[in-house]
Parts: sequence; C-alpha cells; structure tokens
Amino acid sequence: MISIETHNLTVSYNRRPVLWNIDFELPTGKIIGIIGPNGSGKTTLLKAIMGLVPTSSGYVKIFDQDLNDVRSRVSYVPQRESVDWDFPASVMDIVLMGRYKKNNLFKRISKADRDIAAEALEKVNMLEFSKRQISQLSGGQQQRVFIARSLAQGADLYIMDEPFIGVDAATEEAILKLLSDMKKDGKTVVVVHHDLQTAKDFFDWIVLLNTRMVAAGPIEEIFNETLLQEAYGGKLNVLSQVGDLMKEKAFDVRES
Amino acid sequence: MILGASAAIVGCFSFLRKRALVGDAIAHSILPGVCLAFMVSGSKNPLYLIIGAFITGWLSLLLIDAITRTTKLKSDTAIGIILSVFFGVGILLLTSIQHSGNASQAGLDKFLFGKAASLTKDDVYIFGTIALILIAVVILFYKEFKLISFNPDYAKVIGLPVQFLEFMLATITVLAVAVGIQAVGVVLMAALLITPASGARFWTDKLSVMILIATAFGAISGFLGSYISYIAPSMPTGPWIVMCLSMLTIGSIWFAPRTGMLAKFRVQKENQRKILIENVLKLFYHLGEKDGTFKKQRSTSVLLASRDLRIKELNRGLHLLKKEHWLRKKGDNWLITQSGLNEAKRIIKLHRLWEMYLNQRLKLEPDHVHNDAEAIEHIITPELEKQLEKELNYPTKDPHESVIPYAE
Repeated sequence: MISIETHNLTVSYNRRPVLWNIDFELPTGKIIGIIGPNGSGKTTLLKAIMGLVPTSSGYVKIFDQDLNDVRSRVSYVPQRESVDWDFPASVMDIVLMGRYKKNNLFKRISKADRDIAAEALEKVNMLEFSKRQISQLSGGQQQRVFIARSLAQGADLYIMDEPFIGVDAATEEAILKLLSDMKKDGKTVVVVHHDLQTAKDFFDWIVLLNTRMVAAGPIEEIFNETLLQEAYGGKLNVLSQVGDLMKEKAFDVRES
Repeated sequence: MILGASAAIVGCFSFLRKRALVGDAIAHSILPGVCLAFMVSGSKNPLYLIIGAFITGWLSLLLIDAITRTTKLKSDTAIGIILSVFFGVGILLLTSIQHSGNASQAGLDKFLFGKAASLTKDDVYIFGTIALILIAVVILFYKEFKLISFNPDYAKVIGLPVQFLEFMLATITVLAVAVGIQAVGVVLMAALLITPASGARFWTDKLSVMILIATAFGAISGFLGSYISYIAPSMPTGPWIVMCLSMLTIGSIWFAPRTGMLAKFRVQKENQRKILIENVLKLFYHLGEKDGTFKKQRSTSVLLASRDLRIKELNRGLHLLKKEHWLRKKGDNWLITQSGLNEAKRIIKLHRLWEMYLNQRLKLEPDHVHNDAEAIEHIITPELEKQLEKELNYPTKDPHESVIPYAE
C-alpha cells in the first residue's frame, strides 16, 4: 500500500522553484522522516502535500486518491511557531479543534468529542493541563498539544512539521513512544526532521531532500555517507541559477 | 448601544487576527461609497448608503489583498495607500456634492464625525437589524471563526471552507464598520472596532468571555456617549463614545487582575517585602552561627553593623518579622524564636544549595556564586527544593565549606 505519492511535484515562490520534480512513493505503516538541511524545502513539501501552497506542476495522491476525498484520514501537525500562542484559548479548546469537520459546520462540540480529546491528551501525558491557558505552556507542551489535536482527528496518516525542534527531553521521549505506538496500530507517520544525529534512531524510512529529491527508501539503504554528503553538500549550482533566472524573467516552469 | 456592541464583537476577531488597522482602512474607504450612493440615488435613505458603503469597503479589502499578494509591498503600506486614496476620493466627492446646490445633501458630512444623536427611526431599525444579523453570524460560526483566527492553515487542511469563512468574516467587518460609522464617523471608527477587544483581552484568557466583555464595553460606551450628549446637547456623541471606550480600556490596563499594571505593581511590592524579611532573618542566623548560639539577644546597632541595610528598612523588617512571630522584642533588643530559626534555616539552606548547584552544574567558581544565590534563594519553591536536594545528593557543605542546615 502507498500512503503518499508525489509525481513530478514542482513548487515555486515567485516563479523560482523551491522544490524540483519531487517524485516518490511512501509506504504505509512506517515512521518516515523527511530530512534535509535548512532551506531545502521540507516544510514546503508538506504544505504542497496538504494543499496549502499551489503547485507549479505534478500532483499528489494520498492513499491513491485526491486529498479532498481522504481529508478525514489525514492529519497535519504544523510547526509550533506558526501560530500565536497568546491566543485566548485553553489546551482543551485547541485539542477540540481536531474534532471540527467540514460536514458539521454548525454542529456543537459533543460529549463524545470531549472524551476523544481527553483521550488524545492522555496519550501525550497532558491530560492534567487540559484547562491550562495555552500561553502558559512550555515549548514542548505546546508541541504535545498540537499532536494531541491531530490525534483527536483519528486519522490513518499523520504529517508532522519539525515536532522535535526545541522540545525538552520529556517531550521528545513522549513523542517517540507515541510514534511507535501509532506504528503498532498500523498508522503512517511522516515527520520533517533536521537533525541527522537522531534521524537514524527515529525513522524506518527516509526521504533525503535538498530542493530536489536526493534519495528515498528504507533507512538502512539510504543512510550512508555518499547520499548524506549529496543532500547536505549544498545546492546544485546550475539548478539554483536556473531558478534565479526564472524568477528574474518571470518564466513559468511549464510552457503555457 | 447596539452599534457599539456589534462593532465590538466583530472587532475581537480583527484584533486576534492582527488586522487592527484593516478596520481603519475600511472605515475610510466607505466614505466614497456613501457619496457615490447619494449621487446615484439622490436620497439619504440609509439602505442605499449602506449598499454604497459596503461596495467600496469590500473593494478596499480586495485591493489591499491584491497589493500584498502581487507586489513587494507589505500590508501596512498597502493599508496606508488604500486608506488615504479612498478617503481622498471620498472627500473630493463630498465637496463636490456640497457645492452642487442639492438641498437634500445637508448632513452627509456627518459621516466624518458621526451623528448618533440625530438618527431617525428608520435608521435605527435598519442598523439594528444589521447589527443583529452580525451577532447571529458570529454565534453561528463561532468555533470556525475561532479556528481560522488561531491557525488558518490547519482549518484549510481539515477541509473547512476557509475562503468562505474569511469572506463571511470580512463581510461582517465591513457591515459593522458601515453601521458603526453612523454613530462615530469615519475618523473614529477604528476605535469602536478595536478598543473594546484590546481592553477585554486583559480580563480573561477565554475567547467567549473576551467577546462578552468587549460587547459590554461597546454597549456601555454607546449608552454613556449618547446619554452625555442627551443631557448636554452641545456635546458630540461619537467622540464621547470613543472617550468612554478609551477610559474603559485604560482602566483595564491598570486594574485588570494578574495582567494589569496595578497587579504587577503589587507583585513587585510583595517580592520586596519577602526579600527584606528573609534577609533580616538570615542576619540573625549568620550572627548565631558565628557565636555558636541562636539564643543571644541582638541590638539594632549590632544588626546594622553586620549587613548593609538602611535603618528604616531594618526597622520595617524587624516589625514585619515580629508580626509573623519569628522575632521577639526584649526591651531594645531582638531575639529569634524557634519558628523564626526554622524559617531562617530554610532560607540559608536554599542559598547554600543553590551555590552548590551553580558550582557543580554550571561550573562556576566558589567566589562567583554568592550574588546569584542571594536572589534565587527567595524564589525557590518547596518542589524545586526537593529536586535540588535530590540532584545534589543532600550535600552537607556549600562551596565555601559552610554547613548546609537541614530541618531536624
């Protein structure tokens, strides 16, 4: 079974491609890391998969279908810094957002929703904080709240953007434990990660990225000196020059 | 009142989405719409005027959005451009209408500063209905508005119709501004939108409560402003509404529990008091440690000689300690009680534990740790105290070889 397939996916900002022809098929039931240096387009790739940024070419299939048809089976954990934690809301309020669905726009939150949210909080060891104001949380706790929100969605595929960045040891441990539990339940987890040191222990499968895909496959096949060197050894010179040129001349990546 | 309330509700979302200035831009952009509507229809029927206001208000939003999306300009610049251009056109139209000799134009200039006191019955019905619609929309889409204000990307991912919701939110903002302008005018409208929300934020951490408080602020100010201009007819309504709102907000900044200035001030005072009495108590311990007995009476001059304290401070500290029954006064001398001694031991222990911690964990030299510990000893909680003891494995001596006193 394939969880995510990207086919020749190119994404540009101001016409300059930040991801070139990304083409891979990810398996299900694995913990998959997307790894690359800063500015290699990891977050952009996730956003393109989730339909948050327009693509210049190519397509994405999730469970062999369009994202729109499988939204309820996919859950997204954005970067912690992407929101303002001063927002007037409690931990429970945020986790309950995972229970919002497109089909029940006017429906109120039910008791069952609350139970599911509480269960999700328990899984990340945050149940005792459910009434806490979100601005009073530490970075690691904020991250766990975001993960709980996505768990409350009850999806099959989880996509997380840098969940390990700037978190304390307790949170890291809690997240790792959770990931392995999720794997046991047959869930697929895709995690953007920047730290090479830990990548080897965290993931079964990796995608090496640096504006283009360097390699994708089981960790034991991919995690070697040559490929890592290729991914972390800087951008391809000609490729970035062509990108710059496209921006300068307002050229599209496809002839139209 | 109801105008103030509805603007306040909608304003909460503008505030949380960090779009405070957008309301101002809409308010200014509404002026040309009002003028055009008057020129086309030839009447001052509020319904026509609102439709005109609505169209140019929306147009300004779209343009701001288009400018930020397609050019390098940031949104504050875009807002500035749109605001002044639309307002300029509005004033141009207004002036030309005033000079056109059309008799029914009188009063159109009231849009600049509002005319709450001279609203007709028809006006009130129409504005009231619109305000009620706004409130209903917010109640209906409350949880969705909450989500798109907090984390719009996530809303998109779970498949909420974010574009539609943002359209609704923008629409009710334009409507709220179009209606509110009748009361306070173009220039002061932004205050009606944003001030209640910013004041309410100080009182609560719950969105629903914040909206209720903001609504109350809006309603109270609307009422007070109208009342003042009713009893003193020479007083303008709009500016008074805004005055009342500002008072409420300034009051919130000062008096709100926990987050207000006064509360912060009180915490500071309480800290100073704690530091003073703990320092004086430590003084007794240090003297006792030197003499080998804690049962000796101490005079003020002895105490003053052994620590850099002003006499006034020392006396204040001594009397505060007496109130706690940690010191007893014998004639002109002072004696530490048993409970006072226990407390002193606790503080000394924290001080010396912290010195140990700095020395061991932060690798600081023993002569560098004292000043830090002087401050930290006052804030370590019992839980942290236990953690420190455990982590350092119950040391008996600090880096200066002084004994760490544990409670018996």
